[in-house]
Amino acid sequence: MTGAGLYRLGRMDQIPVGEGRAFAVGDEQVAVFRPRGGGLHALQAICPHRGGPLADGLIDAGQVVCPLHNHAFRLADGHCTTGEWSVRAFPVAEDNGEVVVRF
Amino acid sequence: MRKLVVVGNGMAGARTVEEILARGGGEMFRITMFGDEPHGNYNRILLSELLARGADPDEQEDLFLNPWEWYRENGITLHAGVRVVRIDPFAHRVYADDGSITRYDQLVLATGSRPFFPPMEGIWADDKTLTPGVFGFRTLRDTTAMMRYAGGKQRAAVIGGGLLGLEAGRGLQAHGLDVHVVHSAEGLMNQQLDAQAGRVLRHSLEQLGFTVHTGTRTTAIRRTTGGAVTGVVTADAGTLDVDMVVIATGIRPNIGLAMVSGLETQRGIVVDDQLRSVDDDDIYAVGECAQHRGKVYGLVAPLWEQAAVLADHITGADPLAAYHGSQLATKLKVAGVDVAAMGLKEPERPDDEFVQFSEPRRGVYQTVIIRDGILVGATLLGDVSKVAALTQAFDRRVPLPEERVKLLFDIGVPPPEVGAEELDDQAQVCNCNGVSKGQLVACVTGGQRSVGGVMAATRAGKGCGSCKGLVSDIVTAALGADLQADPAEGYYVPCIPMDKPQLMAEIRRCGLRSPSAVFTALAQEGAEHAGSKMALASLLKMMWGEQYIDERDARFINDRVHANIQRDGTFSVVPQMAGGVTSAAQLRRIADVAERYNVPLIKLTGGQRIDLLGVRKEDLPGVWADLDMPSGHAYGKSFRTVKTCVGTDFCRFGLGDSTRLGIDIEQRYHGLESPAKMKLAVSGCPRNCAESYVKDVGVVAVEGGRWEIYVGGAAGATVRKGDLLTTVDSRDEVLTLAGRFMQYYRENARWLERSYDFVPRIGVAELQAIVVQDRDGIAGRLDEAMQHSLDAYRDPWQEHLQPATEGQFRDALPLIALPKVPVR
Repeated sequence: MTGAGLYRLGRMDQIPVGEGRAFAVGDEQVAVFRPRGGGLHALQAICPHRGGPLADGLIDAGQVVCPLHNHAFRLADGHCTTGEWSVRAFPVAEDNGEVVVRF
Repeated sequence: MRKLVVVGNGMAGARTVEEILARGGGEMFRITMFGDEPHGNYNRILLSELLARGADPDEQEDLFLNPWEWYRENGITLHAGVRVVRIDPFAHRVYADDGSITRYDQLVLATGSRPFFPPMEGIWADDKTLTPGVFGFRTLRDTTAMMRYAGGKQRAAVIGGGLLGLEAGRGLQAHGLDVHVVHSAEGLMNQQLDAQAGRVLRHSLEQLGFTVHTGTRTTAIRRTTGGAVTGVVTADAGTLDVDMVVIATGIRPNIGLAMVSGLETQRGIVVDDQLRSVDDDDIYAVGECAQHRGKVYGLVAPLWEQAAVLADHITGADPLAAYHGSQLATKLKVAGVDVAAMGLKEPERPDDEFVQFSEPRRGVYQTVIIRDGILVGATLLGDVSKVAALTQAFDRRVPLPEERVKLLFDIGVPPPEVGAEELDDQAQVCNCNGVSKGQLVACVTGGQRSVGGVMAATRAGKGCGSCKGLVSDIVTAALGADLQADPAEGYYVPCIPMDKPQLMAEIRRCGLRSPSAVFTALAQEGAEHAGSKMALASLLKMMWGEQYIDERDARFINDRVHANIQRDGTFSVVPQMAGGVTSAAQLRRIADVAERYNVPLIKLTGGQRIDLLGVRKEDLPGVWADLDMPSGHAYGKSFRTVKTCVGTDFCRFGLGDSTRLGIDIEQRYHGLESPAKMKLAVSGCPRNCAESYVKDVGVVAVEGGRWEIYVGGAAGATVRKGDLLTTVDSRDEVLTLAGRFMQYYRENARWLERSYDFVPRIGVAELQAIVVQDRDGIAGRLDEAMQHSLDAYRDPWQEHLQPATEGQFRDALPLIALPKVPVR
């Protein structure tokens, strides 16, 4: 298990604007998104529907769409707007050019 | 005069002689007939009638087909009750069991068949005699013996629930016996009827007083010490106490004579299209004993056809006469129940159309099976009022009504909205996402007021899309007067309230060259929208070509990494193989790559290419570099591939060089972005081996050096034959017109609207006017716009040299061991 606490995922510019990238933190997998309009969001990386890679999804300011079957999740809290399942959301911020996530 | 000997005086033998006489054979042949049975020729089909009526055979009308006088008048020598035991084909002689030897010039074998008695304890009294009370049902003698024995008996078992067994059962019932039918298969008459028809027939027979045991094997006949039948022992229904038993478990062709005489026999005597033994041109075989093209027929209609061909050939009336096999169509009354069956009893191929109607309470069951627009099978049970029209359609292959149900009923069919309303709530409407009618209706009850809203909320119609029409019908019916027009339905993308032409005009007017610019300028509150990005990126690329400002985040993952994402997050890689043509060197490279990157599945695609499945995202650049082949674009909403046949170089039917043309089309238009994928094909002749009729654009070479261009075909979730756009004289015209059509489609089709929806929506006549006749004067502009797009083409797989974004090929599921799909 990954203990609670702050984890540094590395440079912010690993994540192109408007896209997401996945990171492994201990046993956890987290997808971090960087919408064009600003802000930074971190969600559980795997779609609970059929295991799709959310970091590969299309995003806008508010949501990410899973590339496998188009289920959509709110970036702010991981709530699914197309089905019954949701994903976990993690607090994330930029600190000194680096991405920091809290579990 | 030639000597003609006919072995067999049954229906086949006598009919053949009649046909020969009708062609003047009486002048050509001296005819001798041998008949196993000690009487003239009779109609076997009427034996069940005879049995049911309990009549004296001499009083049964029409039973005897040819009286003794007929033989005499036609100069035929009949040896009735004499059995031929051997043929000497070299000496042209037949040997009979009365010691006679008869020479022939030509010989016809019409030995028919005999009942098959399965191995069963207690069935035989001795080597040749059945146990008293056990009967076969084949000959007049069998029938009269059964009638005599049935007097005063209470119960009978018929073993075998086929046509003959049921007829025997009905006959015995008429004699006051209680009849049990014991059938080893699950369905009665399973030779002719499918399982459901068998059940309906069973129900009808039970109404008539039969006791039916299906799926039950008879293991033994029980008899008294004196040898008379007392019962049958079954594997599953215990012992049935009966006084007599009829065995009707099928027939076997009588081929013993042919076998001992050295003629080729399999199930029957093997004959050619002139009904001659394949071993001997002077020996013919006809009827139930003959095996033609692997088939042995047990019904009367094929026998009539065979006899006519044989007679045509042997008399020289038509030396080219040939028998091509019979389509089986029968209409019978089985134990008082009307049955008509023709051709297939069940659909055999996935795309066979199957119309089925069942009303068991009335004992009615009807089906029709249609293949490629032709009636290939029909079953009518209980109600045969449509048999005439169906037989005609079956025999003559006439066109069928578009609404297939009209083959069975005169009444009009219910209109589709009634169909939607009457659909059961449990019925699954969207088979991709598993949405039932009840869920759709509940969604409306829950407040959704538009078709689009219901589809978005339930995901119905969001898979392959083929159920959209039905979803729309159901929602419309559920809403009734509350239906609100869904303004978003006409929008090109949901977040901008404009249809495609409006949107394109606005984009041009404002000079918007990137998705983000379009969102900022035109979307509500300037907000970007994930679900609109892909459609906008495609549109902008189409409109601006090289001037398009590419934003990677507006691309779907497939277009970001130029490969098709799979269920486990890996990707498939399909290199371009234009026209499906490859080389040894290419194959070797592909094989090397597959080994080097541990590709778990290598599969041939439907578009004649090679698919490497299960490639990890981080391996994609290496795979492309090592393949050193251009992208096959098997991942985008774009021009995909051109399937071809072998054309003129090798094929002996080819009319045009389809392979070359296919390669040229693919290399010209490869990767072209479009509203939905485009799959093409070029066939070298109308045999259509490349399936051009069911492609978005399909080209077919026709005689005279010309090419047909079809558009709007499909063979996926929707199956549709393309419409003929035009026929042209040269390959250059094919290239131009295919391109012009595709450009018109790119500019006017809705997002994800495949050509098979687009073409019918616009209408092929309109498309011909615009694309071929240039009614609107836009042909030149369309061609220029297409060329502009082609000039902007870059092979995306060259990105392995320089990734477009940071971490473009980084794994998005870093901890999952890949690949997870099983390795074949």
